[in-house]
Amino acid sequence: MSGFAKPLKIALGLAAIAALIIVPMNFNRYGLFILSQWAVMSIAAMGLNLTLGYAGQVSLAQGAFVGIGAYAAAIMTTHGWPLPAAILVAIALSFAVGWVLGYPALRVQHHYLAFVTLAFSTLAFLVFRNESWLTGGIYGISNIPRPHILGFATNKPLPFYYVCLGSLAVVSLAVWWLIRSPWGRAFMALRENPLRAQSLGIDTRRYTLMAFAIGSALGGVAGALYAPLTQYIDPVPFNLSLSLDLLMMVIVGGAGFYFGPFLGAMIAVLLPEWLRFTEGYYLMLYAAAVMVLLIWSPTGILGILDRYLAERRTKAASALHAVAKSRLETAQ
Amino acid sequence: MSDPILSVHNLVGGYGKMTILNGTNFAVPRATITTIIGPNGAGKSTVFKAIFGLLKLREGKVSFAGRDVTNKSQRALLNAGICYVPQGRNIFPELSVHHNIELGGVAAGKGLDLPGRIEAALDLFPALRRKSTQQASTLSGGEQKQLEIARSLLLEPKLVLIDEPSIGLSPLMVQQTFDILKSLRDRGVTILMIEQNARSALEISDIGIVLELGQTRMVDDAKRILNDPRIGQLFLGGAMEESAA
Repeated sequence: MSGFAKPLKIALGLAAIAALIIVPMNFNRYGLFILSQWAVMSIAAMGLNLTLGYAGQVSLAQGAFVGIGAYAAAIMTTHGWPLPAAILVAIALSFAVGWVLGYPALRVQHHYLAFVTLAFSTLAFLVFRNESWLTGGIYGISNIPRPHILGFATNKPLPFYYVCLGSLAVVSLAVWWLIRSPWGRAFMALRENPLRAQSLGIDTRRYTLMAFAIGSALGGVAGALYAPLTQYIDPVPFNLSLSLDLLMMVIVGGAGFYFGPFLGAMIAVLLPEWLRFTEGYYLMLYAAAVMVLLIWSPTGILGILDRYLAERRTKAASALHAVAKSRLETAQ
Repeated sequence: MSDPILSVHNLVGGYGKMTILNGTNFAVPRATITTIIGPNGAGKSTVFKAIFGLLKLREGKVSFAGRDVTNKSQRALLNAGICYVPQGRNIFPELSVHHNIELGGVAAGKGLDLPGRIEAALDLFPALRRKSTQQASTLSGGEQKQLEIARSLLLEPKLVLIDEPSIGLSPLMVQQTFDILKSLRDRGVTILMIEQNARSALEISDIGIVLELGQTRMVDDAKRILNDPRIGQLFLGGAMEESAA
């Protein structure tokens, strides 16, 4: 995005924020639910983007961390705890489990690591389903309350959408700060070449574990919002397909691009809804659209934009070079 | 040799069961360019990895500025004043030139004036300053090597370990890179270099070290090593006579 002028970027950002606040005021219950789901999935995808896109660690377990966060929030809030406390517990729990899951990444990489995380995803699903004393098993947990924020009830869809949007804003700012801090650079160095990173004094072991832990913690935040959003959870939404969906969101949006997860989640959550007018064909069309996009641009939607801007920069540099050369020839 | 900045004593280590370093010994004087030469498999890069803590030594001792730094972490070594520029392309191609240099400061403590150091590093390399917002992958081979050196200077090291700086560079770029190393030496930085391009490297060096089969075969004035007829024999594949050790 570096080709855009800064004021234009700020104006676009402010317009998008204003639209996200104002436009949904006219949405019906279903529209607000879909948009809230987009905000929640964007948070989970941002976590995976940190682990996969920035630090280069493949994970097929992000859905399990959404589940861990959702169950932590559901259990606590149905026992009278406030949602902010539940979110903190969800973060701590997902962070700790994510840290432990990071240990295999110190030994195995790429598709081997994908299988380790896939096995963890299955394990988490089995815990959600079989440990019914804690999770309610296949019957799940119902009547999950929505919080009161500063005395305001958020039971209705619009106030709760603002809770999700506010949480997305907080997480987005935190991730923005993180990827611009030396930590973010260290994650990118780790992704590009661990030995080079080590030669610069980057503790690759610690950063690998942190990449998993922070990414997983964001999955936990998303889960802690998902539970009061749906007000009922059971194990099915947190099976492997959620992890695959989140992976798709990151890749389709553009892995390693800051705005990739927002776009990816938009496509994964909203596109199937927009295609519903095609009735029985909507999922087929959605799958075909994703395939075409990835064949055309394996680096995702933002990869296309990045390529376009890079080409523009090259053309501009060539033009400058040609002008300079002709001036030099004239002077001679 | 008086007051060496680095000395290695009887280093023994390798990969798995394979022993590469078989009692390597040498010392590096301050503010010199010292070049390690030797045939393939002599253990040159392995010595660097051992000094920089990337290879755990089974035996031996590495001393830097009078302190034992054997098997220390890379962060500790960087903060002590040793930096390491590994063989090959060591930039992060997707990051900008500026961000690549910034990564050289990751190991630094909180008190470091990172922006000031980056500016100072860019002052030394005007070509990098002009291209500081460009992706590092767009730099030429010589500029990429300059970028690696600029990054390594961020913590103001006392000793730079540089492995094969001329690899993949045109003769002009090699000369430019060697000129940079000479100017660093003149500013008091000690350079310990590994180089296959032995003749050119020894021409700019003060000291030469010859390694063979993980053992030090010769440590002498670089010019004398350059003119030693036995060196040609070594590089042609024959082992040095025991009398040379």
